[in-house]
Amino acid sequence: MTLLNAVVQGVLLGGLYALFAAGLSVMFGVMRLVNLAHGDIAVAAAFATLLVVQGGPGVDGVHPFVALLVIVPLAAVVGYLTQRGLLARTVGPSPLPALLVTFGLAIVLQNVLLLRFSADQQRLPAGDLAQRSIALGPVTVGLLPLLVFLAAIVILGGLSLFLARTSLGRVVRATRDDPGAVPLMGVDPRHVYGIATAIAFASVAVAGVAFGTSTTFAPTSGATLLIFAFEAVIIGGLGRLWGTLAGGVVLGVSQTAAAALIGPAWQILAGHLVFLLVLALRPQGLLGRGPVPA
Amino acid sequence: MKTELLAVEGLDVRYGDFLALGGIDLAVREGETVAVLGANGAGKSTLLKTVTGLLDPAAGTVRYDGADLRRVPAHRRVGLGIAMVPEGRRVFPSLTVEENLLVGARTGRKGPWTLASVYEAFPLVSQRRARRAGDLSGGEAQATAIARALMSNPRLLLLDEVSLGLAPVVVRRLYATLPRIAEAGTTVLVVEQDVRQALSIADHVHCLLEGRTVLSAPASQVTVHDVGRAYFGLPDDEAGAA
Repeated sequence: MTLLNAVVQGVLLGGLYALFAAGLSVMFGVMRLVNLAHGDIAVAAAFATLLVVQGGPGVDGVHPFVALLVIVPLAAVVGYLTQRGLLARTVGPSPLPALLVTFGLAIVLQNVLLLRFSADQQRLPAGDLAQRSIALGPVTVGLLPLLVFLAAIVILGGLSLFLARTSLGRVVRATRDDPGAVPLMGVDPRHVYGIATAIAFASVAVAGVAFGTSTTFAPTSGATLLIFAFEAVIIGGLGRLWGTLAGGVVLGVSQTAAAALIGPAWQILAGHLVFLLVLALRPQGLLGRGPVPA
Repeated sequence: MKTELLAVEGLDVRYGDFLALGGIDLAVREGETVAVLGANGAGKSTLLKTVTGLLDPAAGTVRYDGADLRRVPAHRRVGLGIAMVPEGRRVFPSLTVEENLLVGARTGRKGPWTLASVYEAFPLVSQRRARRAGDLSGGEAQATAIARALMSNPRLLLLDEVSLGLAPVVVRRLYATLPRIAEAGTTVLVVEQDVRQALSIADHVHCLLEGRTVLSAPASQVTVHDVGRAYFGLPDDEAGAA
């Protein structure tokens, strides 16, 4: 009974991890770019949402989920501009410049947030949504984690459909295959990279808001989120969007199951151990195909 | 007299200190098929890459339909009607053949070439339409790359080393489709090492040696022998210097 409950909670937690990981997966998949600032962008989005939620003089605050209507398009625009203005300059045969620049971006973001918001723990008020729960057979699940899980499925599903079925998605895949050849089709790869980054930033903004309503966050929370997102991507298989959901779920279930069966102190460690186990036994990931991409 | 669709004048292209092309003049008239011949490293591919904008010239101009292309980035030139089948084919391996063609049609230029007409002209491509392009044979991939370029309904089609790495029978079959492309009104500029194939379809040949023009003549006035001499930099025996 405890185990079943732990598994269900773990699956839902996995949805949150997958939501974090989706953007990381897209940026790596399309541009071979590892964005070390990914977690910090989620935290920045949570803080930006906090401002919208609090409102200001003469302006009423709104529910965090309503704030998404502003935050998500904003994140997409910031993502596009960050790619064209900053990350595009790091594109080259070596992955090192991109690693250094995004690492630097992470430090800058953390410190700007510290200056503006202090190191205090914050939380986005989700109202009574945070307390409501529904009974699913023998287990009771929180409405908020369930919504987050559904959001993860909708976003990953939407991304999959976008890539597989739309004309622009086709161009994104063509650019991933051969960025040097797409100009011959009339496609500017820099624009495609901008779009991929916009998608990544928009999705991680949703993840940041989901995280901020589920638990407390501070300017330095980004690093932990980055690790969970990485683990979900690697466990699922690089560049496989549904694999990322599977990876998130495996990570989430490992954490909650270990916490329930062994003890709460084991929660985080168990997730890392399962990640190492997957790396050792199946380095291409659960749904990954063939050898690990270089 | 037909007008010049492509006019290359005094073109120099450098890779660092290395002069890949020096003082190249080349004119391609509308509706014509021109072949650029030369050995490996003669600068043929460099010439095509400069026309498509993948490389910038150090000196000289590339004019298309009367307008200087200097400030037009590569990805805008397709919309003007310049399409290239790149060396090594460069099909998108994870996309299906049909998806490759649809990406080729991305500019939305209208003309005779649609999925239906391309499939009719290239039955081989039609048979493989649902297959991943990465799983194609060399000949199938080359046919797909040509079909993909046609999907942008180009006025000027550049073909870079179509025959490279393919069996002679496959090359002959691919070359057999080229007259049909020219009949549709498309101007064709081919770069080849295979002199015989090139002479069989070209109106005009242009031979490069180490980045310089060594022969430029109507195809009807040169023989494989003349081109061969120019190709290897042997002394001109005057036969083809028209």
